Amino acid sequence: MPNNSSGNSNTPSNVSAADASATAIELRHVSYNLPNGRSLLHDLSLTVKNGETLVLLGRSGAGKSTALKLINRMLELSGGEIRVEGKSTIDWDPIALRRHIGYVIQEIGLFPHYTVEQNISLVPRLEKWPEDRTRARVAELMKLVGLEPAKFLHRHPHELSGGQRQRIGIARALAADPPILLLDEPFGALDPLTRGELQREFQELEQLIRKTIVLVTHHVGEALLLGSRIGVIEAGALVGLYTPKEFLAAKEPVAAGYVANLRMYPNEEGDL
Amino acid sequence: MTLLQFFSRHHREIFQGTLEHIWLVGIAMLLAVGIGVPLGIIVAKRPWLSKPILGGANIAETIPSLALFGFLLPVPWLGGRADRLAIAALALYALLPIIRNTAAGITGVQHAVRDAARGMGMTERQILLQVELPLSFSTILAGIRIATVLTIGIATIAAAVGAGGLGEFIFRGLAMVNNQLILAGAIPAALLALGADAVLSLLERRLRPVRA
Repeated sequence: MPNNSSGNSNTPSNVSAADASATAIELRHVSYNLPNGRSLLHDLSLTVKNGETLVLLGRSGAGKSTALKLINRMLELSGGEIRVEGKSTIDWDPIALRRHIGYVIQEIGLFPHYTVEQNISLVPRLEKWPEDRTRARVAELMKLVGLEPAKFLHRHPHELSGGQRQRIGIARALAADPPILLLDEPFGALDPLTRGELQREFQELEQLIRKTIVLVTHHVGEALLLGSRIGVIEAGALVGLYTPKEFLAAKEPVAAGYVANLRMYPNEEGDL
Repeated sequence: MTLLQFFSRHHREIFQGTLEHIWLVGIAMLLAVGIGVPLGIIVAKRPWLSKPILGGANIAETIPSLALFGFLLPVPWLGGRADRLAIAALALYALLPIIRNTAAGITGVQHAVRDAARGMGMTERQILLQVELPLSFSTILAGIRIATVLTIGIATIAAAVGAGGLGEFIFRGLAMVNNQLILAGAIPAALLALGADAVLSLLERRLRPVRA
Protein backbone atom coordinates (compact mmCIF):
# COMPACT_ATOMS: atom_id res chain seq x y z
CA MET A 1 0.00 0.00 0.00
CA PRO A 2 1.62 3.24 -1.05
CA ASN A 3 1.84 5.66 1.80
CA ASN A 4 0.12 8.39 -0.11
CA SER A 5 -2.98 6.47 -1.12
CA SER A 6 -5.21 9.07 0.41
CA GLY A 7 -8.07 7.58 2.29
CA ASN A 8 -7.41 4.21 0.83
CA SER A 9 -8.26 1.51 3.33
CA ASN A 10 -6.65 -1.37 1.46
CA THR A 11 -4.83 -3.64 3.83
CA PRO A 12 -1.50 -5.12 2.84
CA SER A 13 -1.99 -8.38 1.03
CA ASN A 14 -0.39 -10.43 3.79
CA VAL A 15 -3.02 -9.34 6.29
CA SER A 16 -6.11 -11.40 5.96
CA ALA A 17 -7.02 -12.28 9.50
CA ALA A 18 -9.34 -10.55 11.92
CA ASP A 19 -9.17 -6.93 13.00
CA ALA A 20 -6.85 -7.66 15.91
CA SER A 21 -3.96 -8.74 13.73
CA ALA A 22 -4.49 -5.74 11.48
CA THR A 23 -3.74 -3.43 14.41
CA ALA A 24 -0.07 -2.64 14.89
CA ILE A 25 -0.32 -0.07 17.66
CA GLU A 26 -3.20 0.69 19.93
CA LEU A 27 -3.40 3.60 22.34
CA ARG A 28 -6.10 3.25 25.00
CA HIS A 29 -6.97 6.26 27.15
CA VAL A 30 -3.35 7.26 27.25
CA SER A 31 -2.29 10.08 29.51
CA TYR A 32 1.06 11.51 30.41
CA ASN A 33 1.91 14.02 33.12
CA LEU A 34 5.21 15.69 33.83
CA PRO A 35 6.74 15.03 37.25
CA ASN A 36 5.44 18.46 38.30
CA GLY A 37 1.92 17.30 37.55
CA ARG A 38 1.35 19.22 34.32
CA SER A 39 -0.64 17.14 31.89
CA LEU A 40 0.82 16.79 28.39
CA LEU A 41 -1.58 14.16 27.06
CA HIS A 42 -4.95 13.11 28.35
CA ASP A 43 -7.26 10.31 27.34
CA LEU A 44 -5.70 9.73 23.94
CA SER A 45 -7.12 6.70 22.17
CA LEU A 46 -6.39 5.62 18.63
CA THR A 47 -5.28 2.60 16.66
CA VAL A 48 -2.65 2.40 13.99
CA LYS A 49 -3.33 -0.28 11.39
CA ASN A 50 -0.67 -2.55 10.03
CA GLY A 51 1.12 -0.93 7.12
CA GLU A 52 -0.55 2.46 7.32
CA THR A 53 1.04 5.84 7.79
CA LEU A 54 -0.70 7.70 10.56
CA VAL A 55 0.23 11.34 10.83
CA LEU A 56 -0.15 13.17 14.11
CA LEU A 57 -0.63 16.81 13.25
CA GLY A 58 -0.51 19.56 15.82
CA ARG A 59 1.22 22.69 16.99
CA SER A 60 4.51 22.64 18.82
CA GLY A 61 3.91 21.54 22.37
CA ALA A 62 0.60 19.84 21.61
CA GLY A 63 1.96 16.51 22.86
CA LYS A 64 2.69 14.77 19.54
CA SER A 65 6.30 13.90 20.32
CA THR A 66 5.29 12.78 23.78
CA ALA A 67 2.88 10.31 22.20
CA LEU A 68 5.71 8.84 20.09
CA LYS A 69 8.01 8.56 23.07
CA LEU A 70 5.33 6.68 24.97
CA ILE A 71 5.04 4.17 22.15
CA ASN A 72 8.72 3.17 22.28
CA ARG A 73 8.82 3.68 26.06
CA MET A 74 11.30 6.51 26.04
CA LEU A 75 8.71 7.87 28.49
CA GLU A 76 6.53 5.88 30.87
CA LEU A 77 2.76 6.18 30.74
CA SER A 78 0.96 8.04 33.50
CA GLY A 79 -2.31 6.31 32.65
CA GLY A 80 -3.97 4.09 30.08
CA GLU A 81 -2.27 1.49 27.98
CA ILE A 82 -0.38 1.16 24.71
CA ARG A 83 -0.30 -2.13 22.86
CA VAL A 84 2.34 -2.80 20.25
CA GLU A 85 1.55 -5.85 18.13
CA GLY A 86 -1.02 -6.92 20.69
CA LYS A 87 1.33 -6.75 23.66
CA SER A 88 1.20 -3.98 26.25
CA THR A 89 4.35 -1.88 26.20
CA ILE A 90 4.90 -2.55 29.90
CA ASP A 91 5.16 -6.25 29.06
CA TRP A 92 7.77 -5.58 26.39
CA ASP A 93 11.42 -5.42 27.32
CA PRO A 94 12.04 -1.74 26.50
CA ILE A 95 15.28 -2.53 24.65
CA ALA A 96 13.62 -5.22 22.52
CA LEU A 97 10.68 -2.89 21.90
CA ARG A 98 12.93 -0.07 20.68
CA ARG A 99 14.94 -2.34 18.41
CA HIS A 100 11.66 -3.48 16.93
CA ILE A 101 10.72 0.12 16.14
CA GLY A 102 12.72 2.49 13.95
CA TYR A 103 12.99 6.00 15.37
CA VAL A 104 13.85 9.20 13.52
CA ILE A 105 13.97 12.61 15.21
CA GLN A 106 14.16 16.13 13.85
CA GLU A 107 17.62 16.74 15.34
CA ILE A 108 18.65 13.40 13.78
CA GLY A 109 21.11 12.62 16.56
CA LEU A 110 23.76 10.93 14.44
CA PHE A 111 26.77 9.97 16.53
CA PRO A 112 29.39 12.60 15.72
CA HIS A 113 32.28 10.24 16.45
CA TYR A 114 30.95 7.55 14.12
CA THR A 115 31.32 7.38 10.35
CA VAL A 116 28.25 7.15 8.15
CA GLU A 117 28.81 3.41 7.93
CA GLN A 118 29.02 3.00 11.71
CA ASN A 119 25.97 5.16 12.23
CA ILE A 120 23.80 3.18 9.82
CA SER A 121 25.00 -0.19 11.06
CA LEU A 122 24.34 0.66 14.71
CA VAL A 123 21.30 -1.56 15.29
CA PRO A 124 22.54 -4.51 13.17
CA ARG A 125 25.74 -4.46 15.21
CA LEU A 126 23.78 -4.27 18.47
CA GLU A 127 21.79 -7.23 17.18
CA LYS A 128 25.07 -9.00 16.36
CA TRP A 129 24.43 -9.56 12.67
CA PRO A 130 27.28 -11.26 10.81
CA GLU A 131 29.64 -8.65 9.41
CA ASP A 132 29.08 -9.35 5.72
CA ARG A 133 25.31 -9.15 6.14
CA THR A 134 25.67 -5.83 7.94
CA ARG A 135 27.96 -4.47 5.25
CA ALA A 136 25.61 -5.50 2.48
CA ARG A 137 22.67 -3.96 4.32
CA VAL A 138 24.49 -0.65 4.79
CA ALA A 139 25.34 -0.47 1.09
CA GLU A 140 21.75 -1.31 0.18
CA LEU A 141 20.35 1.37 2.47
CA MET A 142 22.74 4.03 1.27
CA LYS A 143 21.66 3.46 -2.30
CA LEU A 144 18.07 3.47 -1.14
CA VAL A 145 18.38 6.92 0.44
CA GLY A 146 20.34 8.19 -2.54
CA LEU A 147 23.86 8.40 -1.16
CA GLU A 148 26.65 6.74 -3.07
CA PRO A 149 28.36 4.32 -0.66
CA ALA A 150 31.86 4.74 -2.08
CA LYS A 151 31.67 8.47 -1.53
CA PHE A 152 29.95 8.70 1.85
CA LEU A 153 30.65 5.50 3.75
CA HIS A 154 33.64 6.83 5.66
CA ARG A 155 32.57 10.40 6.18
CA HIS A 156 31.61 11.78 9.54
CA PRO A 157 28.29 13.56 10.14
CA HIS A 158 29.91 17.01 10.29
CA GLU A 159 31.02 16.53 6.68
CA LEU A 160 27.43 16.17 5.47
CA SER A 161 24.68 18.62 4.65
CA GLY A 162 21.46 18.69 6.68
CA GLY A 163 19.58 16.77 4.03
CA GLN A 164 22.30 14.13 3.75
CA ARG A 165 22.34 13.75 7.51
CA GLN A 166 18.62 13.17 7.65
CA ARG A 167 18.93 10.58 4.86
CA ILE A 168 21.46 8.79 7.06
CA GLY A 169 19.08 9.15 10.00
CA ILE A 170 16.36 7.42 8.01
CA ALA A 171 18.75 4.72 6.80
CA ARG A 172 19.84 4.11 10.38
CA ALA A 173 16.23 3.70 11.51
CA LEU A 174 15.56 1.24 8.68
CA ALA A 175 18.76 -0.76 9.16
CA ALA A 176 17.42 -3.78 10.99
CA ASP A 177 14.20 -3.69 8.97
CA PRO A 178 11.85 -2.88 11.87
CA PRO A 179 8.14 -3.36 11.08
CA ILE A 180 7.24 -0.08 12.80
CA LEU A 181 8.71 3.38 12.31
CA LEU A 182 8.25 6.43 14.51
CA LEU A 183 9.17 9.70 12.83
CA ASP A 184 9.29 12.86 14.91
CA GLU A 185 9.33 15.89 12.58
CA PRO A 186 11.83 14.07 10.37
CA PHE A 187 11.99 16.84 7.78
CA GLY A 188 11.46 19.70 10.22
CA ALA A 189 14.98 21.09 10.30
CA LEU A 190 15.50 21.12 6.53
CA ASP A 191 15.14 24.01 4.12
CA PRO A 192 11.87 23.90 2.13
CA LEU A 193 13.49 22.64 -1.07
CA THR A 194 15.40 19.80 0.56
CA ARG A 195 12.34 19.03 2.65
CA GLY A 196 10.19 18.65 -0.45
CA GLU A 197 12.79 16.41 -2.07
CA LEU A 198 13.07 14.16 0.93
CA GLN A 199 9.32 13.99 1.42
CA ARG A 200 8.77 12.85 -2.16
CA GLU A 201 11.60 10.33 -2.01
CA PHE A 202 10.36 9.08 1.32
CA GLN A 203 6.91 8.61 -0.10
CA GLU A 204 8.33 6.44 -2.85
CA LEU A 205 10.59 4.27 -0.70
CA GLU A 206 9.59 0.72 -1.38
CA GLN A 207 11.12 -0.46 1.84
CA LEU A 208 8.43 1.49 3.64
CA ILE A 209 5.42 0.04 1.88
CA ARG A 210 4.71 -2.69 4.39
CA LYS A 211 5.75 -0.71 7.39
CA THR A 212 3.54 0.79 10.03
CA ILE A 213 4.50 4.42 10.37
CA VAL A 214 3.55 7.06 12.89
CA LEU A 215 4.77 10.46 11.76
CA VAL A 216 4.58 13.62 13.82
CA THR A 217 4.54 16.96 12.06
CA HIS A 218 3.18 20.48 12.13
CA HIS A 219 3.22 20.76 8.32
CA VAL A 220 -0.23 20.28 6.86
CA GLY A 221 1.25 19.68 3.41
CA GLU A 222 3.45 16.91 4.77
CA ALA A 223 0.49 15.34 6.56
CA LEU A 224 -1.57 15.34 3.38
CA LEU A 225 1.28 14.04 1.26
CA LEU A 226 2.40 11.19 3.49
CA GLY A 227 -0.53 10.25 5.71
CA SER A 228 -3.06 7.56 5.05
CA ARG A 229 -4.83 9.00 8.06
CA ILE A 230 -4.34 12.24 9.93
CA GLY A 231 -4.89 12.59 13.66
CA VAL A 232 -5.17 16.18 14.82
CA ILE A 233 -3.78 16.78 18.29
CA GLU A 234 -4.57 19.94 20.18
CA ALA A 235 -3.49 20.66 23.76
CA GLY A 236 -2.78 17.04 24.60
CA ALA A 237 -5.98 15.58 23.19
CA LEU A 238 -7.01 14.03 19.89
CA VAL A 239 -9.61 16.32 18.31
CA GLY A 240 -10.15 14.41 15.09
CA LEU A 241 -8.97 11.51 12.98
CA TYR A 242 -9.43 11.76 9.21
CA THR A 243 -8.37 10.41 5.88
CA PRO A 244 -6.70 13.20 3.89
CA LYS A 245 -9.90 13.62 1.88
CA GLU A 246 -12.05 13.92 4.99
CA PHE A 247 -9.49 16.25 6.52
CA LEU A 248 -9.82 18.73 3.68
CA ALA A 249 -13.60 18.82 4.21
CA ALA A 250 -13.55 18.68 8.01
CA LYS A 251 -15.92 20.93 9.93
CA GLU A 252 -14.16 20.56 13.27
CA PRO A 253 -12.62 24.00 13.94
CA VAL A 254 -8.98 22.99 14.50
CA ALA A 255 -8.78 20.83 11.39
CA ALA A 256 -10.72 23.43 9.41
CA GLY A 257 -8.25 26.03 10.65
CA TYR A 258 -5.34 24.04 9.25
CA VAL A 259 -7.08 23.70 5.92
CA ALA A 260 -7.95 27.38 5.76
CA ASN A 261 -4.34 28.21 6.50
CA LEU A 262 -3.18 25.85 3.78
CA ARG A 263 -5.50 27.53 1.27
CA MET A 264 -4.26 30.93 2.30
CA TYR A 265 -0.62 30.09 1.81
CA PRO A 266 -0.55 27.28 -0.73
CA ASN A 267 3.07 27.91 -1.60
CA GLU A 268 4.19 27.46 1.95
CA GLU A 269 3.46 23.76 1.84
CA GLY A 270 1.20 24.21 4.78
CA ASP A 271 3.99 25.49 6.94
CA LEU A 272 2.42 26.74 10.13
CA MET B 1 79.19 29.29 41.48
CA THR B 2 76.68 29.91 38.73
CA LEU B 3 73.35 28.13 38.62
CA LEU B 4 74.46 26.12 35.61
CA GLN B 5 77.56 24.90 37.39
CA PHE B 6 75.46 23.98 40.39
CA PHE B 7 73.09 21.99 38.17
CA SER B 8 75.87 20.13 36.38
CA ARG B 9 77.57 19.28 39.65
CA HIS B 10 74.40 17.94 41.21
CA HIS B 11 72.72 16.55 38.12
CA ARG B 12 72.56 13.05 39.54
CA GLU B 13 70.68 14.10 42.65
CA ILE B 14 68.43 16.40 40.64
CA PHE B 15 67.70 13.61 38.20
CA GLN B 16 67.00 11.25 41.09
CA GLY B 17 64.67 13.80 42.65
CA THR B 18 62.90 14.31 39.36
CA LEU B 19 62.33 10.57 38.99
CA GLU B 20 60.93 10.37 42.50
CA HIS B 21 58.72 13.30 41.72
CA ILE B 22 57.39 11.71 38.54
CA TRP B 23 56.78 8.48 40.43
CA LEU B 24 54.80 10.20 43.20
CA VAL B 25 52.71 12.18 40.72
CA GLY B 26 52.28 9.26 38.32
CA ILE B 27 50.96 6.83 40.93
CA ALA B 28 48.78 9.52 42.48
CA MET B 29 47.30 10.38 39.08
CA LEU B 30 46.60 6.72 38.27
CA LEU B 31 44.70 6.47 41.53
CA ALA B 32 42.91 9.75 40.99
CA VAL B 33 41.82 8.80 37.46
CA GLY B 34 40.77 5.35 38.60
CA ILE B 35 38.57 6.82 41.31
CA GLY B 36 37.68 10.18 39.77
CA VAL B 37 36.31 9.03 36.41
CA PRO B 38 33.83 6.55 37.92
CA LEU B 39 32.81 9.18 40.48
CA GLY B 40 32.32 11.69 37.66
CA ILE B 41 30.08 9.20 35.85
CA ILE B 42 28.04 8.78 39.03
CA VAL B 43 27.77 12.55 39.42
CA ALA B 44 26.44 12.82 35.86
CA LYS B 45 24.05 9.89 36.13
CA ARG B 46 22.78 10.16 39.68
CA PRO B 47 22.07 13.81 40.42
CA TRP B 48 21.19 13.11 44.04
CA LEU B 49 24.72 11.79 44.63
CA SER B 50 26.39 14.70 42.91
CA LYS B 51 26.20 17.06 45.90
CA PRO B 52 27.89 14.74 48.42
CA ILE B 53 30.57 13.62 45.93
CA LEU B 54 31.42 17.07 44.60
CA GLY B 55 31.12 18.49 48.11
CA GLY B 56 33.56 15.91 49.46
CA ALA B 57 36.06 16.53 46.69
CA ASN B 58 35.67 20.26 47.18
CA ILE B 59 36.44 20.01 50.87
CA ALA B 60 39.54 17.91 50.17
CA GLU B 61 40.61 20.63 47.78
CA THR B 62 40.28 23.37 50.39
CA ILE B 63 42.42 21.71 53.07
CA PRO B 64 45.86 23.32 52.99
CA SER B 65 48.23 20.72 51.57
CA LEU B 66 50.63 20.72 54.47
CA ALA B 67 47.71 20.17 56.85
CA LEU B 68 46.35 17.34 54.69
CA PHE B 69 49.67 15.51 54.94
CA GLY B 70 49.43 15.98 58.69
CA PHE B 71 45.84 14.73 58.86
CA LEU B 72 46.72 11.55 57.01
CA LEU B 73 49.71 10.80 59.23
CA PRO B 74 47.73 8.88 61.90
CA VAL B 75 45.77 6.84 59.30
CA PRO B 76 46.91 3.23 59.91
CA TRP B 77 48.33 1.84 56.66
CA LEU B 78 48.82 5.18 54.96
CA GLY B 79 50.74 6.86 57.75
CA GLY B 80 53.25 4.00 57.85
CA ARG B 81 55.28 5.18 54.89
CA ALA B 82 55.92 8.68 53.67
CA ASP B 83 55.43 7.91 49.98
CA ARG B 84 52.10 6.18 50.59
CA LEU B 85 50.95 9.13 52.60
CA ALA B 86 52.06 11.60 49.95
CA ILE B 87 50.45 9.65 47.12
CA ALA B 88 47.14 9.42 48.96
CA ALA B 89 47.12 13.14 49.65
CA LEU B 90 48.07 14.02 46.08
CA ALA B 91 45.39 11.73 44.66
CA LEU B 92 42.83 13.38 46.91
CA TYR B 93 43.80 16.79 45.52
CA ALA B 94 43.66 15.59 41.96
CA LEU B 95 40.13 14.22 42.30
CA LEU B 96 38.06 17.37 41.96
CA PRO B 97 39.05 18.48 38.44
CA ILE B 98 38.76 14.90 37.18
CA ILE B 99 35.34 14.32 38.70
CA ARG B 100 34.07 17.68 37.52
CA ASN B 101 35.29 17.34 33.95
CA THR B 102 34.07 13.76 33.60
CA ALA B 103 30.62 14.84 34.73
CA ALA B 104 30.68 17.91 32.49
CA GLY B 105 31.76 15.84 29.48
CA ILE B 106 28.95 13.35 29.93
CA THR B 107 26.21 15.86 30.63
CA GLY B 108 27.51 17.87 27.67
CA VAL B 109 26.67 15.17 25.13
CA GLN B 110 23.90 16.52 22.89
CA HIS B 111 20.41 15.54 23.92
CA ALA B 112 19.56 14.46 20.40
CA VAL B 113 22.47 12.02 20.35
CA ARG B 114 21.47 10.49 23.66
CA ASP B 115 17.79 10.37 22.60
CA ALA B 116 18.69 8.68 19.33
CA ALA B 117 20.89 6.18 21.15
CA ARG B 118 18.05 5.29 23.52
CA GLY B 119 15.52 5.20 20.73
CA MET B 120 17.68 2.78 18.74
CA GLY B 121 17.54 0.41 21.69
CA MET B 122 20.98 0.84 23.22
CA THR B 123 21.22 -0.13 26.88
CA GLU B 124 22.38 2.48 29.41
CA ARG B 125 25.71 0.68 29.59
CA GLN B 126 26.13 0.73 25.81
CA ILE B 127 25.23 4.41 25.70
CA LEU B 128 27.85 5.15 28.35
CA LEU B 129 30.66 3.09 26.82
CA GLN B 130 30.00 3.63 23.12
CA VAL B 131 28.59 7.15 23.05
CA GLU B 132 28.99 9.25 26.17
CA LEU B 133 32.53 8.34 27.22
CA PRO B 134 34.05 8.53 23.72
CA LEU B 135 32.39 11.90 23.20
CA SER B 136 33.62 13.18 26.58
CA PHE B 137 37.15 11.93 26.16
CA SER B 138 38.79 15.25 25.45
CA THR B 139 36.91 16.96 28.29
CA ILE B 140 37.97 14.24 30.72
CA LEU B 141 41.53 14.51 29.47
CA ALA B 142 41.45 18.25 30.07
CA GLY B 143 40.51 17.51 33.68
CA ILE B 144 43.38 15.05 33.97
CA ARG B 145 45.74 17.63 32.52
CA ILE B 146 44.69 20.32 35.00
CA ALA B 147 44.95 17.83 37.86
CA THR B 148 48.41 16.67 36.74
CA VAL B 149 49.84 20.17 36.56
CA LEU B 150 48.34 20.95 39.95
CA THR B 151 49.72 17.75 41.46
CA ILE B 152 53.24 18.32 40.16
CA GLY B 153 53.27 21.58 42.07
CA ILE B 154 51.74 20.25 45.26
CA ALA B 155 54.02 17.20 45.20
CA THR B 156 56.96 19.43 46.14
CA ILE B 157 55.35 19.74 49.56
CA ALA B 158 55.45 15.95 49.93
CA ALA B 159 59.09 16.35 50.90
CA ALA B 160 57.88 17.86 54.19
CA VAL B 161 56.76 14.39 55.28
CA GLY B 162 59.87 12.78 53.88
CA ALA B 163 58.41 11.39 50.66
CA GLY B 164 61.27 12.71 48.54
CA GLY B 165 60.91 14.27 45.14
CA LEU B 166 61.99 17.71 43.99
CA GLY B 167 60.59 19.30 47.13
CA GLU B 168 63.63 17.99 48.99
CA PHE B 169 65.80 20.63 47.32
CA ILE B 170 63.30 23.36 47.98
CA PHE B 171 62.96 22.57 51.67
CA ARG B 172 66.71 22.19 52.09
CA GLY B 173 67.29 25.41 50.21
CA LEU B 174 64.79 27.20 52.42
CA ALA B 175 66.44 25.89 55.55
CA MET B 176 69.93 26.84 54.34
CA VAL B 177 68.82 30.09 52.72
CA ASN B 178 70.34 28.83 49.49
CA ASN B 179 68.56 30.09 46.40
CA GLN B 180 70.39 27.77 44.03
CA LEU B 181 69.20 24.79 46.00
CA ILE B 182 65.63 26.09 45.90
CA LEU B 183 65.87 26.57 42.13
CA ALA B 184 67.29 23.07 41.75
CA GLY B 185 63.90 21.86 42.93
CA ALA B 186 61.71 24.57 41.49
CA ILE B 187 62.99 24.65 37.91
CA PRO B 188 62.70 20.91 37.17
CA ALA B 189 59.25 20.93 38.80
CA ALA B 190 58.15 23.82 36.60
CA LEU B 191 59.56 22.11 33.50
CA LEU B 192 57.78 18.89 34.44
CA ALA B 193 54.51 20.77 34.76
CA LEU B 194 54.98 22.50 31.43
CA GLY B 195 55.95 19.23 29.74
CA ALA B 196 52.95 17.37 31.15
CA ASP B 197 50.69 20.20 30.08
CA ALA B 198 52.08 20.18 26.53
CA VAL B 199 51.88 16.42 26.07
CA LEU B 200 48.38 16.13 27.49
CA SER B 201 47.15 19.13 25.50
CA LEU B 202 48.38 17.51 22.35
CA LEU B 203 46.63 14.26 23.21
CA GLU B 204 43.50 16.18 24.06
CA ARG B 205 43.43 17.90 20.69
CA ARG B 206 44.04 14.63 18.89
CA LEU B 207 41.14 12.97 20.64
CA ARG B 208 38.69 15.85 20.47
CA PRO B 209 35.57 14.53 18.76
CA VAL B 210 34.25 16.48 15.84
CA ARG B 211 30.95 17.86 17.00
CA ALA B 212 28.44 18.11 14.24
